[in-house]
Amino acid sequence: MNWADIFFDGVLAALGPVGAAYALSAIGLNLQFGYTGLLNFGHVAFMMAGAYGTAITVEFGGSLWLGVVIGVLAGAFLGLLLGIPTVRLRADYLAIVTISIGEIMRLVARSGFAEPLTGGVFGIQAFANDFFALNPFSPGARYGWGQFVFQGRALFVTLVGWSLVALGLLLTWKLVRSPWGRVIRAVREDEDAARSLGKNVFLYKLQALMVGGSLGAMAGVLLAIEQQNVTPNSFEPKVTFFLYVIVIVGGAGTIVGPVVGALIFQFLFFFFDSLMLSAQGQGYLDWAGFDATDAAQVKLVLVGLGLMTLMAFRPQGIFGNKEEMLIGDT
Amino acid sequence: MIATLAFIAIPVAARAEGETIKGTLEKIDGDVHEPVAGVTLTVERDGELIGTAESDAEGNWEIPVPGAGTYAVRLETDTLPEGVALTDPERSELPNLTVRANQNKTARFNLGPGLVTGNVSTLDRLLELLVLGLKLGAIIAMASIGLSLIFGVTGLVNFAHGEMVTMGAVIAYFFHLSLLGPQWPLLIAAIPAILLTAAFGWINETALWRPLRRRRVGLISMLVISIGLSFSVRNGINILFGGEPRTYADFAVQQPIQIFGVQTVPKNIFIIVFSILVLIGVGMFLLYTKTGTAMRAVADNRDLAESSGIDVERVILVTWVVGAGLAGLGGVLEGASETVQWDMGFKLLLLIFAAVVLGGLGTAFGAMVGAFIVGVTVEMSTFWIDASVKNAVALALLVVMLLIRPQGILGTRERIG
Repeated sequence: MNWADIFFDGVLAALGPVGAAYALSAIGLNLQFGYTGLLNFGHVAFMMAGAYGTAITVEFGGSLWLGVVIGVLAGAFLGLLLGIPTVRLRADYLAIVTISIGEIMRLVARSGFAEPLTGGVFGIQAFANDFFALNPFSPGARYGWGQFVFQGRALFVTLVGWSLVALGLLLTWKLVRSPWGRVIRAVREDEDAARSLGKNVFLYKLQALMVGGSLGAMAGVLLAIEQQNVTPNSFEPKVTFFLYVIVIVGGAGTIVGPVVGALIFQFLFFFFDSLMLSAQGQGYLDWAGFDATDAAQVKLVLVGLGLMTLMAFRPQGIFGNKEEMLIGDT
Repeated sequence: MIATLAFIAIPVAARAEGETIKGTLEKIDGDVHEPVAGVTLTVERDGELIGTAESDAEGNWEIPVPGAGTYAVRLETDTLPEGVALTDPERSELPNLTVRANQNKTARFNLGPGLVTGNVSTLDRLLELLVLGLKLGAIIAMASIGLSLIFGVTGLVNFAHGEMVTMGAVIAYFFHLSLLGPQWPLLIAAIPAILLTAAFGWINETALWRPLRRRRVGLISMLVISIGLSFSVRNGINILFGGEPRTYADFAVQQPIQIFGVQTVPKNIFIIVFSILVLIGVGMFLLYTKTGTAMRAVADNRDLAESSGIDVERVILVTWVVGAGLAGLGGVLEGASETVQWDMGFKLLLLIFAAVVLGGLGTAFGAMVGAFIVGVTVEMSTFWIDASVKNAVALALLVVMLLIRPQGILGTRERIG
């Protein structure tokens, strides 16, 4: 087994454009879950709104930049739509409705009657040429040192992606230090107390859902542009699940937590993926009768167990503060 | 070295050079070949719709597919014109059609002069859908009771409940068809399936949730833990069972019968009648036995129940075992009526949630009522809307309910807080 290859598979996945998209999406989820205590289990729906919002706008003759704006607005609008019936209720109801809406949106996008709009199971391709036209690097060239190499095309998306992550962090930092940020944390700690001080808890929760949703949508736009491709099956519920692992590993309710979580998660996920595939390729897993698909599945089982263990023993994650993590519990 | 940057599997569409499934429909009557137009064909993979097409005036049809792989092609028999029918009525679906890269695979359906007409009246179609809805409702009810009762006695919304449904179906498959198993008939294989799923519920409570409650882990944290559990178990089943949907050998193909003027297969009637008997049994258990009363008491007010001498921990354990066993039974029924697949329970979870919220979280009878409403609404909606999005109807019901009566049909106001 080539350990250097396996190691760099992890490193490049963590620092690459998809790592940036996940960090950005996790920043949005952290604002909802970590700071406001909203159990949004359909964050992938916001990413989907962003990705499809952009792709469909371009498909119908709009410019890519208009598409990006529409994608992000679609995320905010979805937050509004989801929030109105649910944020007044107890946390579990929001979890149930959001996990459902994510699946429903995926089913509708891939259904036959939505095909003229969404392209059905085939999705929509090649809508982000305007973006790559701005690429200052030569697309095929290789940049980097040794095995730490990005192609020009990926490097461009990566830099844009991490710049967006930096903006997302700045936004979170500004927001949570503002009076608005103090109110949403108060809502998380004790809704009744916030209400008795005359705060409109419903509106604050709705706003948090919408702002977090737009960040998620932006991440969806980034993913869509990077791949020049949106298909319904990129938006399975497991994406939301990974985002929760990311937020909790890094520390929910901390500013840099989601980014640290995304780096760690992506590294471990792809390190392990590469390790298992390589071990399977060398026949080390034959005793268990594992084929390549099985080897890839093992990491998913481990991710689930990892989340359970973290939540039970260290719910504050790596950087979090235990007091900050006692979300909405009595 | 090419880094694997695709975090999520992106099936790259290759429509242009494109794999397709195609065919020509001809009615062959002796030496006379006559094209059949206007017949709907559907292609599915793993139970999910890939595409549909209608045969044109020459009887030709073609459906593009997203890549090489195995697909199921179905001829919608109710769209056949009058006087045309399949020569073999059971060959309306070709379940395992393998398409190679860049292949235009031909799917063949043999048509001849029919003895029965393909036309079904609106009322008959609605009645057929009603039966399907009742069947779906019965299966959802089996799975929902446990979820609702566990929520009632512990406050936990168990996102891993769907996996117990899958487990029931998969364990029954093992005892029924696996070469390593005893290959019992399905009706007998269902017994260890239910018992082992109930045992899984017991392990769940004693090894996981009770210790967590002792450590005063909050309900929200427990909800997240249940999602982690669901994810682990689901993918673990995928490794052991494989990704392909499979069917039980027993009751797989049945000749439709007429009952009260409705045409349906006997297993649907069996599932409905059997489930109703089980539900009545559960109802009697809750209403008339000491344990059942204790369960309702704990769900109503845990502290009061404890102070009046009820052993709450034991009641919670019984709830887990009963709830898990019922979910396992639901899985066997779902497997017998559709297919057995590693994520079948997770797919059902959305409907289970809708049923439980509709009826009122925490109430067993509410879950039963909600389940039948969801099942019937979802199936009957396919009369008007595309069947691939019928589950969206359940969500619409759920949202409307949350807007007008969030506590559900049989719930009480203070539970939703």
